[in-house]
Amino acid sequence: MTGELAIRLRGVVKRYGPITAVNGLDLDVPVGTCVGLLGPNGAGKSTTMRLLTAQSIADEGELEVLGFKLPEESKMARAQCGVTPQLDNLDTTLTVEQNLLVFSHLYRIPRAERRDAIERALVMAKLVDRRDSRVDKLSGGMRRRLLIARSLVHGPRLVLLDEPTVGLDPQVRQELWALIDALRSQGTTILMSTHYIEEAQRLADTVMIMSHGSAVAAGPPSELVIEHAGHEVLEVYGPPKRLAEVEAEAGAAGLRTRRTGTSISILGVDGGNGFQVDGERRPANLEDVFVLLTGEEIA
Amino acid sequence: MSVAAASRGARLHRLERSALTGVLVREVVNFSSYWRSATFSSTVEPTIYLLAFGFGFGSLVSRVGGYDYVDFVGTGIVATAVLFSSAFPAMFGTFVKYQFQHTYDAILAAPVDTEELVTAEALWVATRAGVYGCVPMLVAIPFGLEPSWGMLAVPLIAWVSGYGWACFGIAVAGYAKSIENFSYIVSAVLTPLFLVAGTFFPISALPEWAQVLANLNPLHQCVELVRHAVFGFQGWEDIARLGVLVAFGLIMWRIAIRAMTQKLVD
Repeated sequence: MTGELAIRLRGVVKRYGPITAVNGLDLDVPVGTCVGLLGPNGAGKSTTMRLLTAQSIADEGELEVLGFKLPEESKMARAQCGVTPQLDNLDTTLTVEQNLLVFSHLYRIPRAERRDAIERALVMAKLVDRRDSRVDKLSGGMRRRLLIARSLVHGPRLVLLDEPTVGLDPQVRQELWALIDALRSQGTTILMSTHYIEEAQRLADTVMIMSHGSAVAAGPPSELVIEHAGHEVLEVYGPPKRLAEVEAEAGAAGLRTRRTGTSISILGVDGGNGFQVDGERRPANLEDVFVLLTGEEIA
Repeated sequence: MSVAAASRGARLHRLERSALTGVLVREVVNFSSYWRSATFSSTVEPTIYLLAFGFGFGSLVSRVGGYDYVDFVGTGIVATAVLFSSAFPAMFGTFVKYQFQHTYDAILAAPVDTEELVTAEALWVATRAGVYGCVPMLVAIPFGLEPSWGMLAVPLIAWVSGYGWACFGIAVAGYAKSIENFSYIVSAVLTPLFLVAGTFFPISALPEWAQVLANLNPLHQCVELVRHAVFGFQGWEDIARLGVLVAFGLIMWRIAIRAMTQKLVD
């Protein structure tokens, strides 16, 4: 085991023909922490997830998961990992409990412990009274909870969550955050990919921002914000011409800006450094950092 | 000596029983939700062939290749039932689980490798084929097929045969770009093999070149083995036929693993 790292990637490269999906990625996930992979679509988050289960084989670089070298020892690593995929792949004609039963076998839970493991997963997903429901009769939120519970049935040391709340409405998303937070407080190591800023900010101890297959910044969300966007941001609204003027002025004053469609955000206007333009002051956030570093708006 | 032992150790490690069990449990639990339709199609279809040929053709000819026609078809049709309950479900099932249900993504994220996944899926389909393959033979009994002890070997023959066809189906699904590609395989491969297997008419009626080809057809070997099991084994000849089926199964097994590996792992 490499110190206290659950995941250790060094210089990982993955190419698909002419496209380099992952380009020299280094990633550390310390045991007991939650790391968020944040990046726009196509940044290489899902490929990274596939590499960690050896469903993609890296062209270059070193990969270690729970101390096992990939891809050679991947099966041993997978036995102690739980994976929640982005796409729902539950067996829809089976009941909630049958889905968990199948995975209790796939994850080799000894017969004597199977019942308890399934009960624990049902409690965690709050699906105890829906145990006999067929999956195709469940709501989207319930299905997603089951999908997560299915990856926890064997009590994994490491959980990989690939876009755990994508496409869900806000209430359901909050429910899932509570579930993930509970998991985190139990000391399970989590690697979570997401393109929702708020999700990363709330759940991750450390965020790694990915763009075009490599890491462009990494650190605790609050530190990343201060480092890259300062404490405060000035939001200026106006017609496009006015915005262009403000952008030029801020640039001349040595301040960084970003466009947000209807406004322009001037970053790092902390402590009144002489920049006098009317606008709304607000605290800087991770989205500012994200857009600044990836140069891309998020969906 | 030590090298051989080491490689055998690695081999066992590659095909772990608990991984195979996991995949099989998934299939068995799923089967509980669709066994009615699977049983219906796998039994009714060959039975219709049996009745149509038995009564239709059987009214024109009473004896074929030294057998009563009902005996000839009632045994030969086992191979048809094996094909229908192995190659077809393997082709469509594999493609659907890969492409539409993403089931294999979930399984491969668990401690299961592609080789184990393919092997377990083929074992499961072969087992179904071993059972369903016997149905038309049992249906033929009330129509005049004499029960015999040799019939007890038929599930095993159907199983071995079904394993090869299951792997064939998985390989086709692995190489197919879309589900429409299956039409080529069904029309150009399965239909001819199914017709020149010696199920409905003896292959001795065919031109010589076609007879040579028919002997390479695993379905024909299955037909002959089942007939011999029911009416008396032919010693070495049948051992050779069984050998062909086993070889077919092993070759298709490796091809299926290759096909699915390039499909599932990139």
